[in-house]
Amino acid sequence: MKSPELDALSRAADEAPPALRQQNRAAAFLRQCLALTEMEMRKLRHDPTELATRALQPMLWLAVFGEVFSRVRAIPTGSSMRYLDFLAPGVLAQSVLFIGIFYGIAVIWERDLGIVHKLLVSPAPRVALVFGKALSGGVRGLSQGVAVYALAWLLGVAINWRAGMLAGVALAILLGAATFSTLSLIIACIVRTRERFMGIGQVLTMPLFFASNAIYPIAIMPGWLKVIAWLNPLTYEVDAMRAMMIRGGKTIFGLGMDFAILALSVLVLAGLAGKLYPNLAK
Amino acid sequence: MNILETQALTRRYGDLTAVDGVNLSVAAGEIFGLLGPNGAGKTTVIKMLTTLLPPTSGRATVAGFDVQRQPARVREAIGYVPQLVSVDGTLTGYENLLIFAKLYGVPRSERESRIAAALEFVGLEDAAERMVRGYSGGMMRRLEIALAMLHRPQVLFLDEPTVGLDPLARQTVWQHVKSLAGEFQMTVFLTTHFMEEADHLCGRVAIMNLGRVSALGRPQDLKASIGKPEATLDEVFAHFTGHELESGGDFREISRTRRSIARRG
Repeated sequence: MKSPELDALSRAADEAPPALRQQNRAAAFLRQCLALTEMEMRKLRHDPTELATRALQPMLWLAVFGEVFSRVRAIPTGSSMRYLDFLAPGVLAQSVLFIGIFYGIAVIWERDLGIVHKLLVSPAPRVALVFGKALSGGVRGLSQGVAVYALAWLLGVAINWRAGMLAGVALAILLGAATFSTLSLIIACIVRTRERFMGIGQVLTMPLFFASNAIYPIAIMPGWLKVIAWLNPLTYEVDAMRAMMIRGGKTIFGLGMDFAILALSVLVLAGLAGKLYPNLAK
Repeated sequence: MNILETQALTRRYGDLTAVDGVNLSVAAGEIFGLLGPNGAGKTTVIKMLTTLLPPTSGRATVAGFDVQRQPARVREAIGYVPQLVSVDGTLTGYENLLIFAKLYGVPRSERESRIAAALEFVGLEDAAERMVRGYSGGMMRRLEIALAMLHRPQVLFLDEPTVGLDPLARQTVWQHVKSLAGEFQMTVFLTTHFMEEADHLCGRVAIMNLGRVSALGRPQDLKASIGKPEATLDEVFAHFTGHELESGGDFREISRTRRSIARRG
């Protein structure tokens, strides 16, 4: 038996004028992408403990590292900003980085089962699957945002509560998490085993975090490190967050530049991940 | 017209030729079995037919579409139950079906009725709201079958559908596979290393050994062809391949199979 719906659908797609066909394809792409994100959200709803434990690390950074270094005044923030205010967006970006960069573990788990195979045999384009995974990472990142904002507020950080600024930070979280979870997916596609993945994940997080403006300004870095920091997407995520999360916060590169670079990172990495994703089922 | 055809389908991994010039044709509505020990190349054939793995040479068409040139069209026309567990244990049975209905573009107006019908078909209505983690191996397999039929595929691929199941659960799966071909007129392409399964289910079987098809035909004809109509398929297998059928496979494969059996409970 032929499937009448699929037949009708593919007939409609074949006969539709090009503009409409593209619209249908775009709608299907979005639906497939959101289906994977919904899958992630439903999982998190069943078992939110992981999100809670993930929120512990940024809390320690802010409450211990932040409080101490605020008193030492060892790190010049480059403006009149208090160090804790300077640090809060950096810690938020860091926790989003951590959640993203280890997302590949879940993908390897799906590969050890047959879930990746099942996804790859569905009609969804590979890139739609990758974007779905990236957005899932973003949703996890947003939960970190809530935790860090709550703690920052308790510690008296000068949070900018304007709705537009909150929305901007949410977008930066989504893009940042998408960037690093897609990078993580790429690594998972290459190494394919949990053991190798953990090694590489740990090796990567250190330079990504320390060669960025998360806990100190780029201005105090030696020249070679500055270059790495400029190439690091985390730098632009932090820069955007610092300008929008904190009252009186300023961007160094400009919000347009920050968001453009983050969006570009997601696109480039997703394109690459779309090519590599099928390797997981071979 | 044949709904599935392969011509000299070949896959090499470095020096190893996993699938070596396989020619098959399957008619619409058939239950076709690929029979052979672990490592014979059965899963590699299925991976090529489901577009997961590109052939090294040769070609294959499924539902009239070339697996290499029109992979997206092939994927729309097929359902697939991998050998490994392919349902998510951290979701409920209903949620597993819902996500795949969305992924496959089952129209919104039909989603709930299709999911309900699929659950009823495999007898999981009462377990639908439970987490899949708590399902038995047989229930998971049934859920996987429900998932694969949700979008009414023309061809359904089942890779070792009853490996690791107890005899009772195996019977249930067989019954479902038969109804898929009967009631829903799907073509079923399955791999197995259980002779009994091939004998019980398949209209025709291809016996595969070391990447090649060594015999092809209806089970009763194969038995007759070795001059013993009352022979078992095991004897047929030994006759055509020159050795007994036993579950071989390397360390990695065995540990994988056992792991997935353990997971299914």
